[in-house]
Amino acid sequence: MKTAIRPPARPPDATPGPEAGPAGGGRRPPWLRALGLVAIPAGAALLAWASLGLLRNTHANRVAIVGVAIAVGVVGVFFVFWAMDQAVDWLPARFREGVRPWVFVGPALVILSVFLVYPVIATIILSFKDAHHVHYVGLANYRFVFTDESMLRSIRNTLGWIVLVPLVAVTTGLAFATLADRLRHGEAVAKSLIFLPMAISMVGASVVWRFVYSFRPEGFGTNIGLLNGISMGLGHNPVSWMQLQPWNNLLLMVIMVWMQTGFAMVVLSAAIKAIPEEILEAARIDGASEFQVFRRITIPSILPSIVVVTTYMVINALKVFDIVFVMGSPEPSGTEVMAERMITWFFTRDDDGKGAAIAVVLFLAVVPMMVWNIRKFRTQEEIR
Amino acid sequence: MSAAPTDVAPGAARRGGWFVRITILVVVGLWIIPTLGVLVSSFRHEQLVANSGWWTALAHPFRAAEWTLGNYRDALSSGGFGNAFLNSMAVAIPSTVIPITIAAFAAYAFSWMEFRGRTVLFVLVVGLMVVPLQMALIPVLRLYTGGAKVFGIPVFPDLNLGGTFLGIWLAHTGFGLPLATYLLRNYIGSLPSSIIESAKMDGADHFTIFWRLVVPLSVPALAAFAIFQFLWVWNDLLVAYVFLGGVPQTRVLTVALNELVGSRGENWHLLTAAAFISMSLPLTVFFSLQRYFVRGLTAGSVKG
Repeated sequence: MKTAIRPPARPPDATPGPEAGPAGGGRRPPWLRALGLVAIPAGAALLAWASLGLLRNTHANRVAIVGVAIAVGVVGVFFVFWAMDQAVDWLPARFREGVRPWVFVGPALVILSVFLVYPVIATIILSFKDAHHVHYVGLANYRFVFTDESMLRSIRNTLGWIVLVPLVAVTTGLAFATLADRLRHGEAVAKSLIFLPMAISMVGASVVWRFVYSFRPEGFGTNIGLLNGISMGLGHNPVSWMQLQPWNNLLLMVIMVWMQTGFAMVVLSAAIKAIPEEILEAARIDGASEFQVFRRITIPSILPSIVVVTTYMVINALKVFDIVFVMGSPEPSGTEVMAERMITWFFTRDDDGKGAAIAVVLFLAVVPMMVWNIRKFRTQEEIR
Repeated sequence: MSAAPTDVAPGAARRGGWFVRITILVVVGLWIIPTLGVLVSSFRHEQLVANSGWWTALAHPFRAAEWTLGNYRDALSSGGFGNAFLNSMAVAIPSTVIPITIAAFAAYAFSWMEFRGRTVLFVLVVGLMVVPLQMALIPVLRLYTGGAKVFGIPVFPDLNLGGTFLGIWLAHTGFGLPLATYLLRNYIGSLPSSIIESAKMDGADHFTIFWRLVVPLSVPALAAFAIFQFLWVWNDLLVAYVFLGGVPQTRVLTVALNELVGSRGENWHLLTAAAFISMSLPLTVFFSLQRYFVRGLTAGSVKG
């Protein structure tokens, strides 16, 4: 890179030297500098536009498009940063180091504003409007959220999800991590197999579990679901598991527990292994039973990890959508959850106001966690 | 638990006996049986899949007539899953690289550059971590298809990004950025400041320090987040469904799989093969890079 000769860290408030200072860009005449300042970003923008045109052309060869898309996406983003940094070098010397940090954080801030900050504000406004955002309807959408029968069921179910899924997944994960820690052989293999569902999509997981919960009424063929296979093997009649209210909710939660236990196990297992062996041995020599060691030493030592994992799972359970959506017909079977209701109202029922109101309620539910998150970050910074 | 305390060496006391081994075996069995069922079914003939439980096939595993690769062939060609696989790649790879690059630059600035509002802005980013994705979908979709105007003045151009790869890359970037920035800031901020200072003394500018020094030193954190984000994007249904839609040209694997579940709910043989096609890449990534993934996940949370 050509900007190797730059004076070492100049104090930011130093009086700007004469224009032809020793800085790298200083030798360039002003007209060239102005040209570069305009030409470099313009060139980058033009290039981006040209590749966009190709990507929009849906008739070109698929493999070529996909190849170009990957290349553009991967190289493009780095190129943008590089071009902007180059452009800063063409600025007058006194502005340069003041502007440069914004080149580094700017793209992140712009994207966050467009994709998170603006949507939050827009959704809040939308939630006070009617189905097609024409008139303001006051609190009508919120009244709907807290009175509609199906909505109330979805709130109740969501509460069930955020309590039961983290509880069962973290307990199972912790128990498994503790037990696997005592294996002589095969700990890694056993843990990999429990962790495996983490890598599967929720849609994929739903397909997997259809083969467990499948039901066919009499006269519509053999039951090929595993659960009914077992139930019939034991001499019972086949059961339509997905219609079995309210147990169908629990059966859907099983899918999420199946997917997330591995995560809890891996994190907690690492925390358990980080406990110094001497402490455990000292307790054992003092005559503590294995259970006492677990309760009095292991659990308190890994408590921070348990909190982190549980928080992560509560947020995930709050947002659960795919499992319920893919396993089919939530409303008649009473398995609605809030995120699923939101998508249904936005897209299937085309009522943006109600959908937005549900989204805002979901958002309000995570605000305490947001505050807690920021607090935790602040205290961490103070410790540093 | 059977911990015989007296006559065994202290280290061996905690080694599990039969109880531990059997419990683990049972749990692992419970965990893999559902997947095993789909794996077995995906190699069985259409008629057999639809009319008998997959476990019956295990009774005579060597009867060649029972097994076939036809389901995979059908899913890849007529089912459109070959195309969907390509689309998933085109979505997932840039959607992984772009947020990591942007977050790494931002994390560097938040750690090693001086500017006004640094702490406030970073706290804001941390706070954005919990915004539910669902909340962002509709406003962003409307930006994509109509732009945004304040008092009639366009503040966001109508780029017509709905249904384009760029649109979904940017969306995934936005949704992944807070976590990426937070994790990378923690890592990059903890690099020893003496390295950065001495590079500055040698006359290196920020871009050079970042690219030549900080990025190579941060490979473990970058790799861990890359795997996490890749798995997330690859497995995502919601964002892909909203921004790319179900058009066969652009739909990704999860959307295609979801449509197969919905429209031809009883097409079990295709469903099994399709599910395994969609799982193949994440499972490969997962098993080959598991070490980084676990290390990265635990590095962020265990420190506590």
